[in-house]
Amino acid sequence: MKSEITHYCQIKNGKVIFDENLLYEDKEVDFQKFIKNAYQFFELDYRKFYKMDPLCKLAVMNSSVLIANLTEKLDPKTALLLTNKSACVDIDLKHQKSITEGFARPADFVYTLPNISLGEISIKNKLRSENSFFIFETFNPEFLITYTQQLIQTKKANAVLAGWVEIAENDYNALLFLVEKKKGIALKKENLLNLI
Amino acid sequence: MNTIKSEAVFFAEGECITPLGWTLQKNIENLKADKSAITEVKDKNFAENPFYGAVLNKEKLNQKFENLAYQEEFSTLEKMILLASENIKNTYENALKDKCGLIISSTKGNITALENEDISAYFLSNLAQKIGKALKIKSQPIVLSNACVSGIMAISVAKRLIQSGAYNHFIVIGADLFSKFVFSGFQSFQAISKKPCKPYDKSRDGITLGEAAAVAFITKDKEKIKNKTYFEIIGDSSINDANHISGPSRTGEGLFQSIENAKKEADISAEKVACISSHGTATLYNDEMEAQAFTRAKLQEKPVFSLKGRFGHTLGAAGLLETVITLKFAEENLIPPSFNYEKHGLTLPLNISSTFQEKEMDIILKTASGFGGSNTAVLFKKHHS
Repeated sequence: MKSEITHYCQIKNGKVIFDENLLYEDKEVDFQKFIKNAYQFFELDYRKFYKMDPLCKLAVMNSSVLIANLTEKLDPKTALLLTNKSACVDIDLKHQKSITEGFARPADFVYTLPNISLGEISIKNKLRSENSFFIFETFNPEFLITYTQQLIQTKKANAVLAGWVEIAENDYNALLFLVEKKKGIALKKENLLNLI
Repeated sequence: MNTIKSEAVFFAEGECITPLGWTLQKNIENLKADKSAITEVKDKNFAENPFYGAVLNKEKLNQKFENLAYQEEFSTLEKMILLASENIKNTYENALKDKCGLIISSTKGNITALENEDISAYFLSNLAQKIGKALKIKSQPIVLSNACVSGIMAISVAKRLIQSGAYNHFIVIGADLFSKFVFSGFQSFQAISKKPCKPYDKSRDGITLGEAAAVAFITKDKEKIKNKTYFEIIGDSSINDANHISGPSRTGEGLFQSIENAKKEADISAEKVACISSHGTATLYNDEMEAQAFTRAKLQEKPVFSLKGRFGHTLGAAGLLETVITLKFAEENLIPPSFNYEKHGLTLPLNISSTFQEKEMDIILKTASGFGGSNTAVLFKKHHS
């Protein structure tokens, strides 16, 4: 059975889209305010959310909306494969500022690694699975396809939640897609480029 | 379960630069001579008070780098990477032109750029492009930034991508700087050891930070390997704890599952493992978590050693640096001691290596664990040409 894209979620330009359906729209341009409004709208009810850095907030929001809208339970052997350009630049700048001002805050420091976002998604969804975070200059569909197919073919995962989670201040774009051994959208470069 | 047998992928050879030596060979010699990369550092750029760390001599780095044929400007980290890559770049010049990929494993890359408000140098993709160009690797570079498991995970990623058919070879690089950014963060956590770190020891009180660059050449073509001894990557897995973002799982669940998956893929029992090159950071929780995971994986009698007592924790470089060092010792059938270990400090009776010991080496396990609940286990099998 071929692995195809069964569902996706995108958060971009104040919109939250699940499988072509616009679930939420907000004209708020400030990311922190936008994501807080979305958190309330989607009733995430996950208090840890407020402590997170912007990258984790974006990744957790996107994955939560996607998983909440699935008709079947997420396979526990779903790998996480995230990519972006700016790593966790916002929290890095904040941590750097604290150091310059004289004292580092442990609550910020723990978020100064991009893969913390994988940890947050794993914790929230109790996913003990293959996890990795990669950085590219731009969205890289070829890499995402190759690595996703390899994880499934070698049975290291039954499904893969993969995508691009980019945020630098108020400029954000998160596209996560679920790849399963089911019928869906073909896992092809042009299809991913259409979604992003 | 009927899995298709994947193509064999090999760790051909490695190189590194650390404060202990500018070549792998020098690092091995100095470890045997009981020297350490960790010294008392008095540098106000990092901290007001003296501390223990493994910091490279930057003047010497610049001198060494001037001997290479590069014309452009490079940052300290980029110089470390290029200097460490020089031998492999020359040895495998032809392979580098033949569907060769590049993976750079780094947690923070050119992080000191933020101190100078140079945001473009901060981006890891820029660092990767520069290195790819300098090494004349045509494919788009891949940056892996997965906390402290990045270095060993990079080998696993290279193996998987070669098995996918998209690449024939990989240059895998692991590199991170000693930075105020990270040092002050761990200080705020009260996780920095007062003395050179003592993994698995009763008196261990935290980590010592270091900096290094390590490089490995990974290939599917046995015939291209120049070293007489090389290692097949026979099993690998990276399972998240799903427990806590900055603390390890008390049961070592993610690491345990990673080891079990790697064993299953390699189709070996725990009995076959000759030794474990572990993560061993010397924090109370990490070392205890590893003891739980190794015991659950029935590896409690296998010699375990951490190299962090000599190199410190070199973050994104650590897993690769430790692999390169471990496999060089394995060539000589040597298991190094777990440096700075004196009195057993774990609730379980692990076999911590206490001296250099000779042992016929066949299968070696490398593990790492890190922030974000990440864990990686990779199994290597020795081959001779």
